[in-house]
Amino acid sequence: MEAVALKERENQIYIKGETPFNIVCDKDSLAGAVSQRACVFCGSRVVLYPIADALHLVHGPIGCAVYTWDIRGALSSGPELHRLSFSTDLQEMDVIFGGEKKLRQALLELIDRHNPKAAFVYSTCIVGIIGDDLEAICRQVEREKGIPVIPVKSEGFKGNKRAGYQAACDAMFRLIGTGETSSISKFSLNILGDFNLAGEIWMIREYYERMGIEVVANITGDGRVDDIRRAHGAALNVVQCSGSTMQLANMMEEQYGVPSMRVSYFGVEDMSEALYDIARFFKKKFPGDREADAIMERTTALVKEEVRNLMPGLEKYRKALAGKKAAIYVGGSFKAFSLVKAFRLVDMEVVLVGSQTGTEEDYRELEAITDPGTIIVDDSNPLELTSFLKEKGVDIFVGGVKERPIAYKLGIGFCDHNHERKEILAGFEGMLNFAREVYSSVMSPVWRFVPRAKSME
Amino acid sequence: MSKNHPNYVSTTNACKLCRPLGACLAFKGIEGTVPYLHGSQGCATYMRRYIISHYNEPIDIASSSLSEKHAVYGGGPNLKLGLTNVAEKYRPRMIGIATTCLTETIGDDVGMYLQEYAKDTAGSKGLPDIVNVSTPSYAGTHMEGFHGAIDQVIEQMAEGGPQNRTVNLLPGFVSSADYRLLREIMDDFGLDCTMLPDLSDTMDGPAMLEYEKVPAGGTPLAAIKAMGRSRATIEFGRTLGRKGSGGFRLRKKFNIDDHRLGMPIGIEETDRFFDLLCSLSGRPVPEKYVAERGRLVDAYVDGHKYVFGKKAIIYGEEDLVVGMSAFLAEIGIFPILCASGGTSGRLAEAIAAVTADILPRQPEIHEGMDFFDISEMAETLAPDLIVGHSKGYPLARKLNIPLIRVGFPIHDRVGGQRILHLGYSGAQRLFDTVTNAVIAKKQADSRVGYSYM
Repeated sequence: MEAVALKERENQIYIKGETPFNIVCDKDSLAGAVSQRACVFCGSRVVLYPIADALHLVHGPIGCAVYTWDIRGALSSGPELHRLSFSTDLQEMDVIFGGEKKLRQALLELIDRHNPKAAFVYSTCIVGIIGDDLEAICRQVEREKGIPVIPVKSEGFKGNKRAGYQAACDAMFRLIGTGETSSISKFSLNILGDFNLAGEIWMIREYYERMGIEVVANITGDGRVDDIRRAHGAALNVVQCSGSTMQLANMMEEQYGVPSMRVSYFGVEDMSEALYDIARFFKKKFPGDREADAIMERTTALVKEEVRNLMPGLEKYRKALAGKKAAIYVGGSFKAFSLVKAFRLVDMEVVLVGSQTGTEEDYRELEAITDPGTIIVDDSNPLELTSFLKEKGVDIFVGGVKERPIAYKLGIGFCDHNHERKEILAGFEGMLNFAREVYSSVMSPVWRFVPRAKSME
Repeated sequence: MSKNHPNYVSTTNACKLCRPLGACLAFKGIEGTVPYLHGSQGCATYMRRYIISHYNEPIDIASSSLSEKHAVYGGGPNLKLGLTNVAEKYRPRMIGIATTCLTETIGDDVGMYLQEYAKDTAGSKGLPDIVNVSTPSYAGTHMEGFHGAIDQVIEQMAEGGPQNRTVNLLPGFVSSADYRLLREIMDDFGLDCTMLPDLSDTMDGPAMLEYEKVPAGGTPLAAIKAMGRSRATIEFGRTLGRKGSGGFRLRKKFNIDDHRLGMPIGIEETDRFFDLLCSLSGRPVPEKYVAERGRLVDAYVDGHKYVFGKKAIIYGEEDLVVGMSAFLAEIGIFPILCASGGTSGRLAEAIAAVTADILPRQPEIHEGMDFFDISEMAETLAPDLIVGHSKGYPLARKLNIPLIRVGFPIHDRVGGQRILHLGYSGAQRLFDTVTNAVIAKKQADSRVGYSYM
């Protein structure tokens, strides 16, 4: 095989079983390597985006706002302010003389028009350069309008997407602790790191309700400002997609003593384990408490029922998909763990797994759960990915929009597993959808026409 | 300009994209070219995602991935490192560099960096050509980026010399199907043609066995170099000024005849294009197109009653809006609002030029519009349909009227790259689409539900 990785990137690729585990990650993308990564702004924007009753104003030239207009399939059960794309659309004169005045006017105009519960103001690259004092403008407008106006320090060049997650957490942390918490049940939690794609958070909330647990705040899927303000009153933070909101959970633990646990809602195994972990948490926290015991009983019943409903449907897909090969390249590595397990549940083999922003700990865990020979990769690019896909004879590739044409061009099936998807893939129901999605790509008759089919005859 | 133009400080749901995106698209239509953004990593990734969702094709845009220290000390070293890496991994024939708001604001002198880079790499073999264009996102739209890139490709690559028989064709930003059609038309007239850019193959390619690092197709570099020797240039774009016009540059620099037309959308604008081709080729219109035009007129007649008097809002890139206005006006639909996020200052004049002899009065025509403005005006204008790209869908949904999808981006349907707008065959497709949308709306709203018209 031709060397596909630039020399500087070789230590960001690891093949399980060949050498002792060693992978370099969390470094800046290499210039000219066509990284699949985005930027700080992107990280902040996707995390805060689903807060549906807040105004999200992007301070900068038009691009950053327009490329993030309504891109996340994050549903709201009420207001849909998040689906609009607001920008100060900075022009040359603003860049020269500063954009503060325009920002202030735009904020006042939009707050008057939409009456949001709060406003987030995102910095973009050049705001960091021209030195607009976002903090001061936000403070002024906050006083004038009587709603929280929060700057998000998301200048694109100041790191990668993970730095953006941090900026988003910092912004939300300013809201937390400002709401009334006296009526909150002792059996309560916040959902962190679920973005209500295709309505997933509604399903997860229903599980918790069936268990007898109160959900205080969704962070951030179908999120509301007032809920987030009282999130510190919850007994537990349940963190999915740990990359994006773990920092917030840590800050809440430090300041308000709210403990947290990491979960994944994806795949039967991880979904069940998440619910049991939560039930166990309350049992341990309130030993001998009748209600805590009842929560555990209800959880057991719930999992049993859901698994019983799911399994017959899943069997059809397992039969068809067993032995097929899968490749995974996603934004956050936590999702990758669950995907590896989900593929295993339908007897598929994972031959490549990678992420844009995994940590060494994440990759270590991936190494532990994958089979020998699996390629593990950090911050990959189209050239590497295509050569891995071909080399491994992959049947289905799971990734986001940027990975899709790579798979299709080579005649390989694809399953969209990022924030633009419109299918529920979380929870018990989601496992069935996921299997159906994989099935409907892998089993399609169209592959008989692609050049690859001829070459494999 | 009308008095009703809304005047807000904030922008909501922009009706334009940023300038570097247009440059990347233009570079994608050149043989062996990798677009390269000098800026932070996010820009390249966002634009790739945006473009992929329209074309369903891979598009690799390299980035110099600047971080904080580069923003302070300058992006030169990363620019050069990135160029070397792209050259090594992609083996491109050309790298097209566009700047971003970050590198424009920190004052990076790309021209100087490239001179240094040329010095550093002097004597190396197989290095790609490099073209750079300044595309600050805070000035202009993706269309200034697109035209700017074409203009700079010509400026930096075209050479003079003895005149040849070639005709330069600068169509602006149209669909892959449109570029394909234009090639065919020029061929049918027997004209040697250099069309710049050409996204017909690069952004609408076949399924492959091997991943092509840089997809085949695009305007050949040798042909671009020879553009200074062509005998004429045809350039589409009634709202295009002198600045950013490749045709104007070719005239000024190489004294090449420069024919400016509107995008050939609808019969009248296509007739003007074909008239010019007749005179340049010395041939009559090929029989194939005479027949196409005949069928088109017949179709206009068959369907005219269904569409007559309907009111349309048209939005998008200025030259596309002009072309669509011409087409809609000639089939009896009244454009009532023509809107663009662009600000050429020439939109109203251009629309008047192609519709004044048909329309009893000119529509509301506004530049610098966003979808908030358009929606607000739509409430009183009561349109029957809207015409533009996918981002008008929320408006169509709110008004419960058809959206006729044209232009870029088409993010909510497959086949955006295959939408044909130009020529008689494009007009035929547009006419059928528009007429059927009007009929379908009436049918769906009817209590009876007829299965005939």
